[in-house]
Amino acid sequence: MILNGVAIDDEFAEAFGMKATRVIITAQNLAWAYHAANAATGFATSVIACGCEAGVERELTPAETPDGRPGVAILLFAMSGKELAKQLERRIGQCVLTSPTSAAFAGLEGGDPVALGKNLRFFGDGFQASKQIAGKRYWRVPVMDGEFLVEETTGVVPAVGGGNFLVLAESQPQALAACEAAIAAMRTVPNVIMPFPGGVVRSGSKVGSRYKSLGASTNDAFCPTIRGITKSQLSPEIGSVMEIVIDGLTADDISASMKAGIRAVTALGRAQGIHRISAGNYGGKLGKYHFKLREILAS
Amino acid sequence: MSTLRLTLRAAPAQRVDCAPLTAAPLAGQALAAVAALPLVAGNRTLRVDELFALEGTPGDTLVVTGDGARLDRLGAGLAAGTLRVEGAAGDYLGQRMTGGRIEVMGRVGAFAANGMKGGEIRIGGDAGDFLGGAIPGDHQGMSGGLVLVAGNVGARAGDRMRRGVMLIDGSAGDYLASRMVAGTIAVAGAVGHGAGTSMRRGTLLLSTLPAGLPPTFNDCGVFPFTMLTMLARAWRGLPGPFGALPDGGLRVRRLMGDLANDGRGEILIRA
Repeated sequence: MILNGVAIDDEFAEAFGMKATRVIITAQNLAWAYHAANAATGFATSVIACGCEAGVERELTPAETPDGRPGVAILLFAMSGKELAKQLERRIGQCVLTSPTSAAFAGLEGGDPVALGKNLRFFGDGFQASKQIAGKRYWRVPVMDGEFLVEETTGVVPAVGGGNFLVLAESQPQALAACEAAIAAMRTVPNVIMPFPGGVVRSGSKVGSRYKSLGASTNDAFCPTIRGITKSQLSPEIGSVMEIVIDGLTADDISASMKAGIRAVTALGRAQGIHRISAGNYGGKLGKYHFKLREILAS
Repeated sequence: MSTLRLTLRAAPAQRVDCAPLTAAPLAGQALAAVAALPLVAGNRTLRVDELFALEGTPGDTLVVTGDGARLDRLGAGLAAGTLRVEGAAGDYLGQRMTGGRIEVMGRVGAFAANGMKGGEIRIGGDAGDFLGGAIPGDHQGMSGGLVLVAGNVGARAGDRMRRGVMLIDGSAGDYLASRMVAGTIAVAGAVGHGAGTSMRRGTLLLSTLPAGLPPTFNDCGVFPFTMLTMLARAWRGLPGPFGALPDGGLRVRRLMGDLANDGRGEILIRA
């Protein structure tokens, strides 16, 4: 398959079952909602070392938020509900409770309830108060700038993490420009996040390492600077490879996101130095979900 | 949706316990069975059809028409469906109801919504004393649901109230929210003496300062609580002033007490 001069590999992205939740963070204005959301989703690029993968899903207008203020929706993914609960409490407690004018609400109806403000309320040292509104319980925790309003629980649902595709370009600036275009398109797709910095990862990994203490190491087959000394998958004209990793609430969400991103890259085409689109997998034996590039683009 | 209409043949001479009318769902019951239900009136027991003319089919909606000021415990134990009272109702309206909806066009007696756990009561006229309150022996009053009163309420509304929402378009009598444990009461009109006496937790949202406040309430200042926007949104569309609160920008003066009893209740006066 070749689109606008860009070869689409007959490959698939291999993804895993995860647990996810959405939290709505509001504040006096969008800037402060972003301050809290960016902090809460910081250091959350990969479950390998961060505990969870998280990112801003989208902005919300005052009409879309429970308290009528500007806000952003964030998504958090972890390998288990227990780990997700731990990460959620730490991140909301340290990054949202602390952020001026902020409030936090459940962003998912249904699912298994997990504590959002249920334990954070104890920061109120006995001065906290609960309020039931329209069947939901909220906690009002007195803080120095006024009151931190937080919903008691949020819902955790099964989700999918690890959708991905690789952009193979002639040069580093061209690979980055293509990924920026892809991320812009993918951010319009609901229910997904691209957890790496700016949505893009340049250090794709393979399973295993020559060092016993490491479970993963650099994906040498896609590293252009060592193509002469390793079993490379890069042809001579490829000078840079970047990857976009996607976590989504469902497999369909990831497919839609991958399609939007790859279409944005192929729209730039060979003329902008883009040669191939590939995907990362582990031979299909580890992940439950397989996203076949050609099937996604043909759908 | 079938409706059964009960029209009082004459105003009863004694008080009538109407709880059997809603003790079990009427849907599926034969009209004759409903007509034969026993109702205690004073020291006698009467059949339903001795007091009321029956019309329609037992179902989701029960309509009671006539001067019902002596009809006590109307809607008691209601779990689903609608009870509409086209006139006044007696004491203990909706006692221990868990769901469904009660609409009363006229005034109601004392202890309406006593022990209410869920559902909705709309009262078109005034309500007597102890609206949503606890009867002697009860640990708590209303513990869920929504009560709307278009008129005024008597003394001690919300006594020992544990949870739920009470919206009063008119005025409230003395000792509003006495011994209140939690929940939300909003009053658009004036409020009598002693509001919040022995209140532990919960929220009173008022338009004006009560006539006399216990000295055990302390002023905490004026704030634009985010929570108020959420309350306004939850109440939007309800009849009366609380259904038309602005979407944001509400500022209130917060008084906290009763410091003689835990002191975590709040009286919010719109600024």
